[in-house]
Amino acid sequence: MNTLFDKIWDAHVVNLIPGGPSQLYIDRHYCHEVTSPQAFAGLRERGIKVFRPEKTFCSPDHNIPTLNQDKPIQDPVSRNQVETLTKNANEFGVTLYGLGHPKNGIIHVIGPENGLTLPGYTIVCGDSHTSTHGAFGAVAFGIGTSEVEMVLASQCILQPKPKTMRINVNGKLKPFVTAKDIALYIISKMTTGGATGYFVEYAGEAIRNLSMEERMTVCNLSIEMGARGGMIAPDETTFEYVKGREFAPKGEDWDKALAYWKTLKSDDDAVFDKEINFDAADINPRITYGTNPGMGMGIEDSIPTIDQIDEAGKISFQKSLEYMGFEAGQKLEGHTIDYVFLGSCTNGRIEDFRAFANFVKGKKKADNVTAWLVPGSWGVDKQIREEGLDKILEEAGFELRQPGCSACLAMNEDKVPAGKYAVSTSNRNFEGRQGPGSRTILAGPLVAAAAAITGKITNPANV
Amino acid sequence: MKDKFVTFSSTCIPLPMENVDTDQIIPARFLKATSRQGFGDNLFRDWRYDKDGNPIPSFVLNDPTYSGTILVAGKNFGSGSSREHAAWAVAGYGFKVVVSSFFADIFKNNALNNCVLPVVVSEGFLASLFASIKANPKAQVTVNLEEQTITNEATGEKESFDINPYKKNCLLQGYDDIDFLLSKKDDIVAWENKK
Repeated sequence: MNTLFDKIWDAHVVNLIPGGPSQLYIDRHYCHEVTSPQAFAGLRERGIKVFRPEKTFCSPDHNIPTLNQDKPIQDPVSRNQVETLTKNANEFGVTLYGLGHPKNGIIHVIGPENGLTLPGYTIVCGDSHTSTHGAFGAVAFGIGTSEVEMVLASQCILQPKPKTMRINVNGKLKPFVTAKDIALYIISKMTTGGATGYFVEYAGEAIRNLSMEERMTVCNLSIEMGARGGMIAPDETTFEYVKGREFAPKGEDWDKALAYWKTLKSDDDAVFDKEINFDAADINPRITYGTNPGMGMGIEDSIPTIDQIDEAGKISFQKSLEYMGFEAGQKLEGHTIDYVFLGSCTNGRIEDFRAFANFVKGKKKADNVTAWLVPGSWGVDKQIREEGLDKILEEAGFELRQPGCSACLAMNEDKVPAGKYAVSTSNRNFEGRQGPGSRTILAGPLVAAAAAITGKITNPANV
Repeated sequence: MKDKFVTFSSTCIPLPMENVDTDQIIPARFLKATSRQGFGDNLFRDWRYDKDGNPIPSFVLNDPTYSGTILVAGKNFGSGSSREHAAWAVAGYGFKVVVSSFFADIFKNNALNNCVLPVVVSEGFLASLFASIKANPKAQVTVNLEEQTITNEATGEKESFDINPYKKNCLLQGYDDIDFLLSKKDDIVAWENKK
């Protein structure tokens, strides 16, 4: 009567500290340049090595420019951080897919792409969107730098076991509704902190019918309702995706792994601390109107009025609308926008580029829109070109940039100017997230495509 | 060995906002350092300074009425990113305790790993504490980790808070998780071999 989460977690507990956290063994550790330098420095100060270097994979992604990656990074502070990752990877003997490497890209895109993310694994990274990898039926979650140091030093972390929650999305999705819309819908119902303390398993017909990449989008956003992580039981869709990838098991190892992976599901009588049901038919294309991902609505809906907000939340709600330049009760459909960002670990995969390209095919980008199309990795970039999507995009007035986290958190030059509206396929609409003063409207790739074509917030079903 | 956490009383700095996210605590453009130092200078950067770097007088950290080593915030403090830089910024500014009715999980772990104690109180205690600070900015709060209690000295309200015994001991003794894990190497190897 165990949940999928319990099965994987319990199988990785090395020690249970009385009254305290579990000492959890980590199968895969991903590293990027922003949250790792202090951890490597810690090892150096202690005079210790990386305990299991073959289990850590690094890729610089947060800071890197999305143009002219062959030239030195202009910002000296960013350059230093990226160079520090290279130095650390070399000194400590961990794998690095550095700038210019054909496998470089957003760490949460390249892990699955290369078969480094596998069902049944425990996976951590100093990045909250590590929950992405839960799509494979892995226990994957974000950690802080002190914990990165723990993993490097011992391949373990100390972690209190979260509670379990199952979210079922029953029935079939309507046309023009994407995985991103499912996630934004769930987060708006749960609120930005509603799943804090829980590890979520997504289930139900609408989830089961999602492709691997769509599942990654859903799991990626788990943290935006506070969940420690999100996961989906592996099935044929998962096995099909994993098979043949570089680091996936081969031959006899594959057969053995597959037999184990097939056991990875919650038992029929498994009891979750909380179980919630949603109906897929209730989900429309979505946007956010505020400054956290829980402040979302159907694209044709109106922003709540102040009397719909509870007392303690009123200050934040008003501050949020003031920042966004919106009024309580306002409809946003038809509102002019300035920027469109397609990319990030949430929506920077090949299917997102296919959806966007198919939508804009034969149409033209609106003149008032600056569009940044940033593939999640060089692997995605290669596939875009192989499928000829780059030509379609070019004809519609778009150009591709080079892979990286880019405008999702604007640590590089890709900053949305103050006061400008950006429809973004990324994961956070926090104040200043895409640049100081920037105003972010989160959406899926189809809503982004419709906005890029019309220059306004537009329901893709109506274009 | 880290600093040991001792019982203390202090005035508080109030931030009655909900869902204060990590991007407000420390914006991404300040995450480029390779050491743990200096993040306190940019704590709440975009609420604290205008785009030219001048202090915004209305923001609480710039208001000389309020001071102290306890930050009191609305529910769901620290949501968003896993960046430990947020905890380094809070610690670097000089806060020893953050009080809220609710914390995001990763921030809570990060805070504890940097000797900043996240104290979860009831909604009622929090509302009353905000009111006490508003009425008298010099209102004192006492945090006793040994007993796991927090006291609003202005009203005498006292509440217990949760912390796991392992982490409590780490904070009280100044112990370090990595030393602990390194002492368990044999168990780790045994676990690997059993697989």
